[in-house]
Amino acid sequence: MMEVLTCLKTAFHTEVRMQLSFNKVVGKRSRIASNLSELKAGEQGILDRLDLPEEVAKRLMELGFVPGHVIEPALSAPGGEPRVYRVDGSEIAIRRETARHLILRKRVPSQASDRS
Amino acid sequence: MSDCQSCGGCSVAIPPSPVALADTHVIAIIGPPNSGKSTLFNRLTGLRQKVGNFPGVTVEQRVGRTRLSNNREITLVDLPGVYSLDARSEDERVTRDVLNGQMPGVPKPDAVLLILDCTNLGRHLLLAAPILSLQLPTLVILNMADDLQSRGGSVDTAALSCELGAPVALISAAKGDGVEKVIQFVEGTSEGSAKVAKPRIELPILQDIPKCRKWAQQVGQNGGYHAPAPPLWTRRLDSIFLHPVLGPLIFLAVVVGVFQTIFSGAKPIMDSLTMGIQSSGAWLGAMLPDSIFKSLLIEGVWSGVGSVIVFLPQILLLFLFIGILEDSGYLARAALIADRTMAKFGLQGKAFIPLLSAYACAVPAIMATRTIENKRDRMATIMIAPLMTCSARLPVYTLLIAAFIHERPLIGHFLGTQAAVLLGLYVLGFVAAIVTAWMLKSSVLKSGRTSFMLEMPPYRWPTVRSLGLRLFDRSKIFLRRAGTVILTVSVVLWILAHLPLHDGKPPQIADSFAGMIGHAVEPAIKPLGFNWKIGIGLLSSLAAREVIVGTLGTIYGMEGTAQSEGLQKALQSDLTPGGAVALLIFFAFAMQCMSTIAVVRRESGGWKWPAIQFAYMTLLAYLAAFVTNHLLQASTILATLTK
Repeated sequence: MMEVLTCLKTAFHTEVRMQLSFNKVVGKRSRIASNLSELKAGEQGILDRLDLPEEVAKRLMELGFVPGHVIEPALSAPGGEPRVYRVDGSEIAIRRETARHLILRKRVPSQASDRS
Repeated sequence: MSDCQSCGGCSVAIPPSPVALADTHVIAIIGPPNSGKSTLFNRLTGLRQKVGNFPGVTVEQRVGRTRLSNNREITLVDLPGVYSLDARSEDERVTRDVLNGQMPGVPKPDAVLLILDCTNLGRHLLLAAPILSLQLPTLVILNMADDLQSRGGSVDTAALSCELGAPVALISAAKGDGVEKVIQFVEGTSEGSAKVAKPRIELPILQDIPKCRKWAQQVGQNGGYHAPAPPLWTRRLDSIFLHPVLGPLIFLAVVVGVFQTIFSGAKPIMDSLTMGIQSSGAWLGAMLPDSIFKSLLIEGVWSGVGSVIVFLPQILLLFLFIGILEDSGYLARAALIADRTMAKFGLQGKAFIPLLSAYACAVPAIMATRTIENKRDRMATIMIAPLMTCSARLPVYTLLIAAFIHERPLIGHFLGTQAAVLLGLYVLGFVAAIVTAWMLKSSVLKSGRTSFMLEMPPYRWPTVRSLGLRLFDRSKIFLRRAGTVILTVSVVLWILAHLPLHDGKPPQIADSFAGMIGHAVEPAIKPLGFNWKIGIGLLSSLAAREVIVGTLGTIYGMEGTAQSEGLQKALQSDLTPGGAVALLIFFAFAMQCMSTIAVVRRESGGWKWPAIQFAYMTLLAYLAAFVTNHLLQASTILATLTK
């Protein structure tokens, strides 16, 4: 019972947090990447959730795109797409349209207080 | 039945049936893609393996045997590479059913070999959870031990074994290090001493991937696993092969290089083979007394089968190159580079891999489309796969090009006219394929853009062993076809060409049954520049493309011209250059392959798609050959290109 409650709570938190970060990006064109496709070379992001149909999300999770994992963009095909991402010890190529739906956690610690 | 290889080329045999499993000790090998599963399977079974299909589905079934030191025989079943047993794809469903003993005709395995890539253990351990929950005796094999060590990673096999509650073996399947531990385990299970696995940490709910991943993390940590440093050489090579400018250039150079080598590299071997077959035929002819039997043997069998066997070296070279590209890991990069272009035609980069293997043969290519999740994308890929230039076209192309295209250097020694024409035919097939895909995807098979996800495996040296096994398999299939389909067609043709008897003597070939059939179809193919002999060849090649070479070998062999001057010379004097090029174009487009039709019917679940495909490709071939013949007749290109 307790577990379910905690689970719901986290889910709720995530939801709220996502909305906040979304507003922020829209508001002042933040440089902080909110999804995978916005990550630049050398940057890293922590995956928060996969905003995709369950089928596709599960495939991606099996390939390493599990919430909480650090993701780093690597090389891409000529033309910038699809791009290879380093995640969980593997290199996986996905298209930009998929990367756009992999939402990143806001990871700068100093801004953590914003969330509460 | 079980001999029928899944990649049986265009053999007339019906697509693969299940491999019959004798009542022996059965051990299943399972692992994620790129874990080195096949390498281990090959190492354990060597040449004693058979390829078939699991009953009722299109998933490839590889079964091998190995004899243990206690003289017991065991059967190894190689299951498809999967990341989970979730049963979302057909591969996963088959794997789950086999492991649960629910696959008809396949006994429930007595033990499982779970093979994981230990350079990426955290993620690969994900598959351990569903496998261990099956309660079968399991050996967890950590492969790529050499990579792990050279990149500074480590694992405590004893601790990990304790965590998983199952024995763990650290091996290198490619080098053979530690394989004896696998054999020991197998021997143990055959004597009934293996225990069911009991993991120390309770297994998570299997559907919850984040929870499973946490479990795997915990198991890895307790098992003293330290992940290795990133593969340095792979990153260095990727910065070249995926370079925005160099990448595509290298890709092109690889393709051109392969074609030039296939054409020029195989030539000396092929020439000596031709010589051998001709002289042995002549020697046999001199040895045997004149009789009907001699005529059948020399004109029917020797000319027919011999003219096809000559092409074995070339086909093996093609398969060697595809094997190297695939095993080295370059193919995944090629699919990545191709994705944007493929997307323009409504396909995705993953379709590139089946399409590339369609250069070898459309049958395994069509089966490989199963990795494409979207049904409409998959259907479109199936429809265009037979337009890619398969290896059965190579004998036809080689024969006609060698006879009609004058060899001149184009770019120094790197590319000559003959190789360029061959490359052009390959490009032509490819262009026809993507245009067809585009037409299908923008009409009947329309669908939204689908997702593309592809793992980039680290680059690895292809092992001589696995390349050797591929070539051995391919030679077996090719020679079996030469001994069955092509032999049968040659003999039937010889009989048709020797009847009806006039005063107890065989007629001139033009007056024989074969000749009558040829003359009957001649009006239809005359506009393409083909004569009645080509007509007979076209009809017999409905079984498989390369049969036309054997048929022409038999027909011209009977006229006596082939014997003295070879098939090339006979064709040169009998066919106009326009007709020859039209014949090349006809073969580029036409769907002359019974096993492809059979496999498309099975994959699409009915006759509709194969019927559409056959009609479309035949029409395309006819029209293109018609236009080619008339254009060439009118133009002066002939003067420069041909002898």
